[in-house]
Amino acid sequence: MIWELLFEPFAAYGFMRRALIGCVAIAVGATPIGVFLMLRRMSLTGDAMAHAILPGAAVGYLIAGLSLTAMTIGGLVAGMAVALFSGFVSRVTPLREDASLAAFYLISLAAGVLIVSMRGSNVDLMHVLFGTVLALDDPALILLCSIASVTTVAMALLFRPLVLECADPQFLRSVSRMSAVTHFTFLALAVLNLVGGFQALGTLMIVGIMILPAAAARFWVTTVGGMIAVGIVVAIASSMAGLLLSYHYSLPSGPAIILSAGIAYALSLIIGPVGGLIRPLPRTNTP
Amino acid sequence: MNSRRTLLKVGTAAVALMMAPQADLRASEPMPVVATFSILGDMVAQIGGEHIALTTLVGPDGDAHVYQPTPADARAVSDADLLFVNGLEFEGWLDRLIDASGYEGDRVVATASVEPIPFEEGDHDDHGEHGDDDHGHDDHGHDDHGHDDHGHDDHAKAEHAEHGHDDHDHDDDHAKAEEAHGHGDHDHDHEEAKAEHGHDDHGHDDHADGGHAGHDHGEFDPHAWQSIDNAIAYVDEITAALAKADPANAADFYQNRAAYVAELEALDAEIRGILAGLPEDRRTIVTSHDAFGYFAEAYDLTFEAPVGLSTESEASAADVAEMIEQIRDENISAVFVESITDNRLLELIANETGAVIGGTLYSDALSGPDGPAGTYLDMMRHNATTLASALGS
Repeated sequence: MIWELLFEPFAAYGFMRRALIGCVAIAVGATPIGVFLMLRRMSLTGDAMAHAILPGAAVGYLIAGLSLTAMTIGGLVAGMAVALFSGFVSRVTPLREDASLAAFYLISLAAGVLIVSMRGSNVDLMHVLFGTVLALDDPALILLCSIASVTTVAMALLFRPLVLECADPQFLRSVSRMSAVTHFTFLALAVLNLVGGFQALGTLMIVGIMILPAAAARFWVTTVGGMIAVGIVVAIASSMAGLLLSYHYSLPSGPAIILSAGIAYALSLIIGPVGGLIRPLPRTNTP
Repeated sequence: MNSRRTLLKVGTAAVALMMAPQADLRASEPMPVVATFSILGDMVAQIGGEHIALTTLVGPDGDAHVYQPTPADARAVSDADLLFVNGLEFEGWLDRLIDASGYEGDRVVATASVEPIPFEEGDHDDHGEHGDDDHGHDDHGHDDHGHDDHGHDDHAKAEHAEHGHDDHDHDDDHAKAEEAHGHGDHDHDHEEAKAEHGHDDHGHDDHADGGHAGHDHGEFDPHAWQSIDNAIAYVDEITAALAKADPANAADFYQNRAAYVAELEALDAEIRGILAGLPEDRRTIVTSHDAFGYFAEAYDLTFEAPVGLSTESEASAADVAEMIEQIRDENISAVFVESITDNRLLELIANETGAVIGGTLYSDALSGPDGPAGTYLDMMRHNATTLASALGS
């Protein structure tokens, strides 16, 4: 019974196993990014980036036709450019990071729409560029796992400066030259995860897995490391639950996974011990 | 249909006679017309010849399901004398475009006289509501895919009355009903009601007075051009509309029609010949986009698609698992990719089941002029030969 419900779909079908592996890779790679994005109040960056990569994808399409590799590389370049420029502007001018990011992604989006229209074709680029979790082929899996590995190593190296940068960027800037390196590496990692995830899984999937588990984890633990750990667990559990729901009840997979993560978030919001709606009685009142 | 076509032929001669003396009065300026997508555009071009200036909105290899019109499109539409559309909810963006362009001319619905087939997927109760009671072709229409032998005869009677040129014998009475009605054809409101509602010849009378105003959209498979019988119906609509809009050149239009229909019929015979040899157990085809319902019905094949209906919907794991099971159970040896869709999912399924990718089929758009499916005729021939070579091997 339990076997049939929970494990049989994965045992019987290769595409289910691939989907799960892809989700685990995304969970490991993207959730830590999501935690830091949340702590830096940049949770909407993912959505903005989805638009920002369009011109890159369009240029890739113009050069190489409907080649996913070319379009992904193009998207990566465009996303990096937007992230770097907005990071640069926010560091050297008083404009806040969210505002400069919004400005750059709007420019980028407009350029993308223009380029696509000039070509005159109407194949829906975004549609072609964005994959689905059920159709992960070998290159897509390798891409996802590579990105997860790179992200994990980089995050491990940058963990301390990153936490400092979130907590007190002025302080970090004053004591270390690592500040700029940290900032831009982090943005690059975010773009890398987003573009790779778009290509393999679709926008909703990658942005959802990046942000929702991180937001849920916020209600369970106070330390950054703890949040990352809880976030990854929530992400993997939601992915598995979503895939199983999709399998047993014929639901579209991407939305099922994200809604599972959404339910985890809602539950955390209500019963989470750290700042959840149903708070434990304040200890200070007891004698 | 038959009587209608005869009438068109008679009309050809009559109009030719009538028009002959006025030949020198023909307007030299070609009439601006717009067709919504490449396949329809090709047909319009075949009939209109040099007398029209054709603009096709969704070009080769474009996906008309998710098309976004541009201002240039709106300008083309507003400048046009005639607008040719597929109908059956194929061009979801069209109404807004027409509103925006301020176009007030005639909208020619190519599927007006086509008998639409309901989508095989989705909620069957939906279809039941709309009065299929008279002959219930729905019932055998999607339960068992209905393309097996028993389904065919009664099918043909009920359903092909309007376009089945291979069943002259048993549709006399339907044809009469059609004759009575079919030639009021230039009444577009009536045509639209018909196009949307469709499948009963009996209901014509209460039909026209708008009994189906609250009809659900997107109930029928819009890819009607995938059967050559329907293509001939398209051509007839196009010819009638062009002749009405430009009577001076009507003789040419009817002449072009006659030549084109002859080509279509020859191609139909050719495709039947190509596909006839396939054994009974090798007539199931898997594609990425459910666009071949009419082709399947016309040539007695069964098409399965992992994502039903539209390029926009996302597959569920259950759909994919079901598809894999089916391919394994029925020993399906080839799956086919389509020109306009993302084929990664299909490639994965092929990989997992050991089936091979049989080739590329063209469903909703022609290829560029240099491609294998530059015209409607080439497209149909290409699809048939691709299918036959993969299934027959």
